Amino acid sequence: MNASSLAKAVIDGILTGGVYALMAAGLTLIFGVMDIINIAQGALIVLGAYMSYVLSVHLGIDLFLGLIITIPAFFVLGVFIEWAFMRRLRDQERTAMSILVTYAVAIIIEGILSVIFGVDFVQLQASYINSSFHLLGFYLPYIYVFGFLLALVLLGVLYYILYRTHFGRGVRGSLQNRSAAELIGVNVNRVRALSVGIGVSVTAAGGMVFGATNSFNPSSGYDLISRLLSIVILGGLGSIGGALVAAVFMVTLEDVVAVVWSPVWATLVYYASLIVVLSFMPNGLFGRAAVRAQ
Amino acid sequence: MTARLPFRALLVGVAIVILGVFPLVFSNPTTTSIAVFTLIFMVAASSWNMFSGYSGYIALGHAVYFGVGAYALTLLANHLGFAAGWGVFALVPVAGIIAGLVAIPTGVIALRARRHTFVVITIAFMFIFQLAASNFAFTGGSSGLQPPTPLWSATSYNDHFYYVAAVILVATVLLSWLVRRSRFGLQLFAIRDDEERARGLGVRVGRVKLSAFVLSAIPIGMVGGVYAYFLGQIFPQFAFDPLFDLSIALMAFIGGLGTVWGPLLGALVLESLQQYFTVQSGASQVYLIIYGGLFLAVILLLPRGLIPSVEDLIRRWRTRGGAQDRATEEGGGDRTADVVKAAGAR
Repeated sequence: MNASSLAKAVIDGILTGGVYALMAAGLTLIFGVMDIINIAQGALIVLGAYMSYVLSVHLGIDLFLGLIITIPAFFVLGVFIEWAFMRRLRDQERTAMSILVTYAVAIIIEGILSVIFGVDFVQLQASYINSSFHLLGFYLPYIYVFGFLLALVLLGVLYYILYRTHFGRGVRGSLQNRSAAELIGVNVNRVRALSVGIGVSVTAAGGMVFGATNSFNPSSGYDLISRLLSIVILGGLGSIGGALVAAVFMVTLEDVVAVVWSPVWATLVYYASLIVVLSFMPNGLFGRAAVRAQ
Repeated sequence: MTARLPFRALLVGVAIVILGVFPLVFSNPTTTSIAVFTLIFMVAASSWNMFSGYSGYIALGHAVYFGVGAYALTLLANHLGFAAGWGVFALVPVAGIIAGLVAIPTGVIALRARRHTFVVITIAFMFIFQLAASNFAFTGGSSGLQPPTPLWSATSYNDHFYYVAAVILVATVLLSWLVRRSRFGLQLFAIRDDEERARGLGVRVGRVKLSAFVLSAIPIGMVGGVYAYFLGQIFPQFAFDPLFDLSIALMAFIGGLGTVWGPLLGALVLESLQQYFTVQSGASQVYLIIYGGLFLAVILLLPRGLIPSVEDLIRRWRTRGGAQDRATEEGGGDRTADVVKAAGAR
């Protein structure tokens, strides 16, 4: 181990962490507003990756350009999922039931993708995926840098929507207290549908970057969901910034442990530290307990 | 209620007789193999429900205890030099006890948290155990372990496992029924409905939750051991499987969370169907779509699960007009609130 490989591990961790934050952003938004654990998030990421795959292979559209098509498509899909499935859950057991409903949605998405694409692994292809550039003695793959920048831009947009717009105030209001928000004239159902739409549309971008940095098949989503879930809880429910910090923390910790100690124990150390942090901070790093209590 | 008791007892008797003679009637090894897996999942779902269904804490990490049971049985059988045969089954209760012991520290840590945080901590434990099993030398790493393979004839091979699993199932259901009827069970339901209030009324919530958690880990550890012995091979990914956690939760929900019989029905239907389709294998991808669709339909149309929804229907049909006695049946206060709410909505 030396200082250079450690620095490389930290840089990799930050770049990859940004990508994970992008994939987790939709989850934390839906979770925060709806109290819904969206197990389908992993399947939606894989769906996003396949949509980018179809656009780039069959229509020759660039991956980043293709987002102009996939993001609105995913917005519609998100609004549909909220209207068709999530809205019907009763408040009382919403969280528990949501695990099952969204698991069913994940199974259906997986089934449809397997019928169309088969179970072979594929990966997105583009000129910037396999090349890298040289900076301060480190080789940085373009796709990770582009993915990180995309993550920062989209997370920034999300942050702006949530904290600087009238709609965002409605979202945060219905997050804090549904009935009070309704009383002052917030259309909670509309706010929820739009939140899920936005959460799912961000996932389209996360899926594209995931597909560009990993090979995937229709059932790749299950490996992702537990990681994303832990990022979201660690960061604090509904906190976009928290998701970013938690994702960077997670991936950096894993990379550093892999360098300092051994790659086989890296993931285990991450989960163990997750348990330690949550034992002392049950609401995550940026969670606000008082706000959540209803 | 009193008039229905003998009818229920009759149903239970018929079920036990069917359980006993099933392998004699359907002796095809493919069928009995499906039956063994189904029994294992019936135990797992019922046992999981004893903690999660009764207390309302949705644990998604009970695969830890399943895997610990599987590894405990295999390691003990191999290191203590057990000859393959009936003798290995003597280790099944030991596997259960070891799983229960593991559940004490993990339960203490997980139960410090609530709601989503609790769910995530249980998931994290699941991955820690899976990764540890893949990395330690004594667990055989990612290539896993092999318990001794008994030399029973192919035609009756599955029957041995079937009857052991059946005995565990009967014991688990009995335990689940006793817990539900006991003071301890009432305390669990009180925690589910309002934990702060239960604490205020003098329920020692920490102790009650932990006891139920540990209790629910033991039968799962036992069937984990049976599972390892039955398969003759154990890998980290199959012993500590995140889909196991989702499956047993799903089975309990479909049948009726918090009821004694619901998880059994859910596991019976889902696991036998899934095994059947795996054996058929032809259209497994289309099957995924059908499975997911059916599953969504049940959740959205019968949100409380098959058994409570059907019971409601029967009750409504019986007492057309007389709403008040519905509220007094079935113990849980939450149930009462449901019925009152439903009556108000109509």
